[in-house]
Amino acid sequence: MRKTSFSGVMLVAGLLFLYLPMVVLIVYSFNSSRLVTVWAGFSGRWYFELLRDGQILAAVWTSLRIAFFSATMAVCLGTLAAFVMVRFDRFRGKTALSSMVTAPLVMPEVITGLSLLLLFVHMAQLIGWPEDRGMITIWIAHTTFCSAYVAVVVASRLREVDLSIEEAAMDLGARPLRTFFQITLPVIAPALAAGWLLAFTLSLDDLVIASFVSGPGATTLPMVVFSSVRMGVSPKINALATLIILTVSLATFFAWYLMRRSEARRRQAMWQDVTAGR
Amino acid sequence: MSNFTARLWRLFKPSRRWVIAVPLLWLTLFFLLPFGIVLKISLSQAAISVPPYSAIVDYANETLNIVVTFGNYLFLATDTLYVSAYWGSVKIALLATVLCLLLGYPMAYAMARAPAHWQLVLLLLVMLPSWTSFLIRVYAWMGILSNNGLINNTLIWAGLIDSPIRMLNTNFAVILGIVYAYLPFMVLPLYANLTRLDMSLLEAASDLGSRKLNTLITVTLPLSKGGIIAGSMLVFIPAVGEFVIPELLGGPNTVMIGKILWAEFFHNRDWPVASALAMVMLAILIVPIALFHRYQSRELEE
Repeated sequence: MRKTSFSGVMLVAGLLFLYLPMVVLIVYSFNSSRLVTVWAGFSGRWYFELLRDGQILAAVWTSLRIAFFSATMAVCLGTLAAFVMVRFDRFRGKTALSSMVTAPLVMPEVITGLSLLLLFVHMAQLIGWPEDRGMITIWIAHTTFCSAYVAVVVASRLREVDLSIEEAAMDLGARPLRTFFQITLPVIAPALAAGWLLAFTLSLDDLVIASFVSGPGATTLPMVVFSSVRMGVSPKINALATLIILTVSLATFFAWYLMRRSEARRRQAMWQDVTAGR
Repeated sequence: MSNFTARLWRLFKPSRRWVIAVPLLWLTLFFLLPFGIVLKISLSQAAISVPPYSAIVDYANETLNIVVTFGNYLFLATDTLYVSAYWGSVKIALLATVLCLLLGYPMAYAMARAPAHWQLVLLLLVMLPSWTSFLIRVYAWMGILSNNGLINNTLIWAGLIDSPIRMLNTNFAVILGIVYAYLPFMVLPLYANLTRLDMSLLEAASDLGSRKLNTLITVTLPLSKGGIIAGSMLVFIPAVGEFVIPELLGGPNTVMIGKILWAEFFHNRDWPVASALAMVMLAILIVPIALFHRYQSRELEE
């Protein structure tokens, strides 16, 4: 029997603290009463009401589209930024770039949202674009702060990559672009996938920045949830929360399974090498 | 090798410039430049027009007029509401950061010391909540803390209290909400730092007769300084400007600057005052942001 340590107890307590509120949310999503806090029996009616709510469904579709395009663009920009920061020697503007990559990670959302809105208003006055604020402006805003997260994820992977394989490819005559697509890209692909997923969830989740830069045309899911939650607790939101938590948990479990399998494969290959006497 | 670098340079030279230019231009246009515009608007006057502020530079009748107003900043400095909102935000954020650290450090420590095959699972378990939805996680506490919420109902049912304790819409709820929402961001950098900790140093300390607590204070804590700074800044800086948590969990007594800025912008439509509020907030946060940047760039470039 291992001695229980203080930090071990705190870890269990911290995990309980993180998960109990989510469990409560899930349990009450099956409550048949409209009063969320009084248990009145098991029912799935809030899920049916959720699926009949046209406003929520439309917002889900809007948010998913914005998140998809923001994450995709953020992966392109963030990977470039990571490449520049990790691989390139000092050049003018490198400090500026690395500051602009780390600052969005902590910048309060109200500041980012306000500043981007004022930029869009100014641009509309000066060059007549963007005429209306909506999905395009949210896409730009989300791409900007998501690419900072992607850059951090990709940069930490890039630092671990063995440079000698790329050098070998180029010694053998591969052009830099070809080397990038055939050697570097496959090696950092897991980081790109992780960065894309992170950017996708960040974009889906953002309320404050989207509220600032959006126009009447685009209402994202967090905006609908927020205006409903402001009025108080609603069981329909609990049902939505349950579906979100379920989706994220399944995706995480799947990612964990893939990681574990590739790790096991690597170990097996190593073992075979060893037993073969190589 | 010199042949190789020469070839590399020749081939990369035209494209290298592009690789640098694209992210640099995008971030300059959509991250840096907007701050200049916020500064500009903060020096203008509110006006009933679209957009609702007066132009600073105006050219009419062959005269160039430049009108710069410091009135918005003066207004912020003299109105006690704003001063107390800044102070209140910093105080709440600071308290929440300390609580996060006190809970997060032992968690990260236990994770770093766990058997290797458990570490990934524990890391995913800690991070998973942050991938769901911030808004919904804050909302979860509304149902738990409200007057007819889970805690009060349970306490009344158990006969421990007669009337509900007011927990929702208090500063207590706001701090709890911040700790809950930001805990993963505290644990992640701490864990990353503590896994790299050289265990032989701890063994050496214990071999030399150092007690556990003594080792923690004199060896482990100083060595994990980078992680402590990064985690604390990841919690403190966004928490100062937090809007969702004080709006949903806070009460009328919770004056936090993010909430005030939101109200000035969306309800009063006073863009210049909202801009001045943002600039002052940025001025308060510039030192913590620089601190975070120093740690983060060391992480990125090493």
